[in-house]
Amino acid sequence: MKNSTLYKLNTLFKTQYANMLEYRAEIALWAISGVIPFFMLNIWTNNGLNESINISSVMLSRYFLSAFFVRQFSVVWVVFTFEEDALLGRVSPYLIQPLHPFIRYFAQHIAEQITRFPFALFIATFFFILNPQSLWMPSILTIAISIISTFFSFLIQFLMQSIIASFCFWTEKSSSVEKLLFIPTLFLSGLLAPVASFPNYVKSWIYLTPFPYLIDFPASILSGNQTSVVGGLLIQLLWIILFFSIFKKVWKSGTRKFTAMGL
Amino acid sequence: MIKNIIEVREISKTFSLSTKTPGIKGTLKHFFKRETIEKKVVKNINFEIKEGEIVGFLGANGAGKTTILKILCGLLYPSSGYISVAGSRPFERESSFLEKITLIMGQKQQLIWDIPAIDSFYLNASIYDIEKKEAIKRIKKLSEMLEIGSEIYLPVRKLSLGQRMKAELLAALIHNPSILFLDEPTLGLDINAQANLRKFLQDYNKQTGATILLTSHYMKDITYLCKRVICIHEGYITYDGKLEKLLKKLSPNKEISIICKSKKDIENFKKLNLEIKNINDNQITFTINKIDFKKTLKEVLNKFDIEDLHISEPPIDEVIGKILINKK
Repeated sequence: MKNSTLYKLNTLFKTQYANMLEYRAEIALWAISGVIPFFMLNIWTNNGLNESINISSVMLSRYFLSAFFVRQFSVVWVVFTFEEDALLGRVSPYLIQPLHPFIRYFAQHIAEQITRFPFALFIATFFFILNPQSLWMPSILTIAISIISTFFSFLIQFLMQSIIASFCFWTEKSSSVEKLLFIPTLFLSGLLAPVASFPNYVKSWIYLTPFPYLIDFPASILSGNQTSVVGGLLIQLLWIILFFSIFKKVWKSGTRKFTAMGL
Repeated sequence: MIKNIIEVREISKTFSLSTKTPGIKGTLKHFFKRETIEKKVVKNINFEIKEGEIVGFLGANGAGKTTILKILCGLLYPSSGYISVAGSRPFERESSFLEKITLIMGQKQQLIWDIPAIDSFYLNASIYDIEKKEAIKRIKKLSEMLEIGSEIYLPVRKLSLGQRMKAELLAALIHNPSILFLDEPTLGLDINAQANLRKFLQDYNKQTGATILLTSHYMKDITYLCKRVICIHEGYITYDGKLEKLLKKLSPNKEISIICKSKKDIENFKKLNLEIKNINDNQITFTINKIDFKKTLKEVLNKFDIEDLHISEPPIDEVIGKILINKK
């Protein structure tokens, strides 16, 4: 990577981090609002549902805690920000600067993740106090691979939403398209239940979609559940390459349609 | 010879707009079948701009001025025609082109709202590959020119509109652009802030030789900064030339008021066959063509015993306003 690119990215991250720290209270609340996996864990263990899929309650606790972490660091909201910026005319100055607007949004997301990290850690500590039997220490390698796969999960979601956000050049409310994606993401990603617990007929096609690679795959790695690490990472990379090339095409034809609203 | 920095040939821009008739029937019809109309907002325009020129775009709201600026800076893709800005095709938005231009929009901001403006300046500097040392120098120089000091260390949301506009300008000029596109830059500013901004832009043009393209409804912006204006009406260029020439064309007469010593002079004056506007006691107001001005004034001064004399021209705002109101 060229020095100038590093300089740009470094300044961009620092500026966005300073900006995100202004919203630390909101980010703390967002972190707390991501506790769905803990509710799901409660439902699963209280009803003994884990026995039906041959997963011990401890492993299930670890899975849902890992899912919580993966979710914390793969939350994407670019479609909403871009839509607002496009409607208010803020995209125009970004478009005439020698930096792709989505690199700005990317930096915003990373800055937000760094800001939310201590809050996520605090919630995890609280979880271990309440569930001391779930405490485990993954190896450094496992942590490293989990971080990579969580980052890939973030990239897949970021690119998916960026494609949808680019629809703003045709329709003002592209976030409504994102809402269509919310349901499969919620149910098929492994946020509500490990994909291993899904019926066989669902498992026969679900791996052809990007959804299990968003939460289930990275969470399984981190929690120590059995999964094909290399295969999973390669599939994540394939989705990233595919979505990136789609995004480039949609963006190129979208900017030709741009009407510079609100300017 | 000064070369052309902007060349525009037969540029057109058409927007597709959806229409809706009022009432519930119209709403339902709009829901099931959208009707769209093709609106051509820029119609086969041609012009050239030389390096270092300051050109004002004049026209009523919706005439197409801002659309032209958006096409020139690469925000909009033209429907047809050829365009070259600093040797590039703007809509391709190559980095080498983007580094040469800036767009400043009155009341629109690029500064990050919740953090001090200085952070946005450094961010912009890095985007344009300006090293921190150089960025500090440029911020200092521009701060002095814009007369903005410690305010740049305050969160943008705490700044007044005038301070914010100065900070916006600083952010937009940190990369020393050679072409400035200004869309209503003084909008909403008080009279002093407007005057300061105009002075700054003039100094910037003199010091850097930058080309400035400007749209404004404040005539003082135009008359202070622009020697050349381009008038736009319904997407067409209706005038492209010197502002002075346009003013002569729109206002060919001068207005003269004289106070005569006697009523008899007034009666004799009427025989001169001049265009009299009004007579009030011994005071008579008349208009004369600027071409005959010297000759006629000499004649009047020789023939009549005059107590006082006042020569005036219609206010410039009123004259240029004719373009906006009469759209001619």
